[in-house]
Amino acid sequence: MSAPAIDPVRTPVTASPTRTSAGKRRTTPARFDTALGWSDRSGPAWALRVLLCLLALGVFAAPFLTIFSGSFSEKASGSTLSFLPHHPTLLNFRVAGERGIWDYFGNSLVIAGGGLLLQLAVCTLAAYALARHKFRGQALILTLFMLTMMLPEEVIAIPLSLVLGHVPVVGVDLKGTVWGVILPLGAWGFSVMLLTEFMKDIPTEIEEAARIDGVGELRMLWQVVLPLCKPALGVAGVLGFIMIWDQYLLPLIAAKDPTDYTVTVALSILRTDPEVGSGVVLAGAVIALVPSLIVYLLLQRSLVTGIAAGATKG
Amino acid sequence: MTATVTTPGPRRARFISKKAVLPWLFLAPGLLLALVFKFLPMGKGVWLSFFEVRPFLGDQWVGLDNYTRVLTDHRFQDAIGHTLVLGVGMSLGGILVGSALALLLEGQARSLKIIRTAVFLPVVTATAVVGEMWRLMYYPTSDGLINSGLGLLGLGPVPYLDNPDTALWATMAMGIWMLAPYNMVIILAGLAGVDRSLYEAAAMDGVSLWQRLRHITLPAIRPALGIVLTLAAIRGLRVFTEVYVLTGGGPAGSTDVWMTRAYTLGFTRNDIGGASAASVVLLCVTLLLTVTVNYLRKRGDVR
Repeated sequence: MSAPAIDPVRTPVTASPTRTSAGKRRTTPARFDTALGWSDRSGPAWALRVLLCLLALGVFAAPFLTIFSGSFSEKASGSTLSFLPHHPTLLNFRVAGERGIWDYFGNSLVIAGGGLLLQLAVCTLAAYALARHKFRGQALILTLFMLTMMLPEEVIAIPLSLVLGHVPVVGVDLKGTVWGVILPLGAWGFSVMLLTEFMKDIPTEIEEAARIDGVGELRMLWQVVLPLCKPALGVAGVLGFIMIWDQYLLPLIAAKDPTDYTVTVALSILRTDPEVGSGVVLAGAVIALVPSLIVYLLLQRSLVTGIAAGATKG
Repeated sequence: MTATVTTPGPRRARFISKKAVLPWLFLAPGLLLALVFKFLPMGKGVWLSFFEVRPFLGDQWVGLDNYTRVLTDHRFQDAIGHTLVLGVGMSLGGILVGSALALLLEGQARSLKIIRTAVFLPVVTATAVVGEMWRLMYYPTSDGLINSGLGLLGLGPVPYLDNPDTALWATMAMGIWMLAPYNMVIILAGLAGVDRSLYEAAAMDGVSLWQRLRHITLPAIRPALGIVLTLAAIRGLRVFTEVYVLTGGGPAGSTDVWMTRAYTLGFTRNDIGGASAASVVLLCVTLLLTVTVNYLRKRGDVR
């Protein structure tokens, strides 16, 4: 109780974690670096910390090792799951291939690639209009895009499946095509918000200079604004990819028959197939896991900053 | 609009009209997609919720019948309970574990960064993949991964997903596992903003670790916690994929949540009207929650 009362509003939450603490480190002793009083090199009970870190790794990361090893094990069932494969083999992947896993993987790649391209294009255009132009109804449009974020896919799943079967006005049936998954993912409020915020911070002088040189709107966006937006595009791209790859309900309802499934949805087919064992399901899981893993490991910094930014923007 | 613009020159007039049309050209693709694939289905869902949907025979207006049917259905009532238990458990568990992870893994050391990267893996993994993973970890016999761990402690194998008493808790554990690292990142961002000189001052006052966390760290990361809680609560309400891939709502409906129930009603029983009504109820609750939390947060910020 004797501790000083801290006003939560006055203590700023800055978005650059590395700079604040790294900058402070030089002036203050190391033991004030973290909330627990643990510094990088030493601290009270460092053995305990190492132990806890190992526990965290064991709980959150080790299960991934078990699915990798299980997918390479000759006879994987729940019983043979362990950290190292028994009798390493590629048999599970071959069987999964015979069950069409690579076709499903292809569907996934097309949907993730196409969906991401469309999403980035659509959201960039919208963000450009929202950030660099003033027009009537701007607040309303912004709210509409925010709503697309708040409107859970699950809630509109049933009517959406009807709409996909017969798109109004044009009357096409998108079911069974990749468009049925790609088009609903096009307008993603989060990317619009993120890019809008970022574009607002670009100094207008750059734009005005280009305008005097007679640069048109599209060239302005493509050659002036977009190159400056690379960091934000990176964040939107990584989060968008992970979001699209994670889709489950949408590919499920947009499919006409199981051959249209994405690899994540197709895992359920492998699982219910009585002729294949757990090893094959795990091989499928590994195939479904690897692309998002690659994207994450390559671009993890933008992902983490994106999550922090997305959260603080609300 | 014309009344406000006082005699513009011809050049200026063209400039204004061009300026007025341009943004809409840029917005058009996004608005069109949002309209057709988000708002139109939403409207259609609300519309259909008042009808008995009969293919080929024409829909019949039934008023609020679908709503009363859904809300009085005991399987939906059970689903409300499961959704709440799962949502609250996942949110709170995810925050507790996430905060613990954040406190543990806060720091600049390279080893800590590597651990953070590894711990974050559940977040980037597709939910369906996580479901398959956990299904195998929960393997009901004594040689399943978790059960063999229990075996080392001398405890018998637990049929996690096959037993109606444990299935919901098993699902919740998976949910917390997926949510905690995500929360960790947000809380870490909050922790980074804590003024280090306060820790120093507290140390001079001889404050205990617990008091330090309680009076310095907690108030500073409270905004982050508020965000995390909101996101988790909304996510908890609409939980679908986690349950659908792990248990499919079984055994004996013991893990059926609101959305899996609505999905079954709509797609396997073809009761589009009832399923729409259930979706609209969920939509209203979600929006209400979002608005309330935003209101409270704004009020909290002002104070």
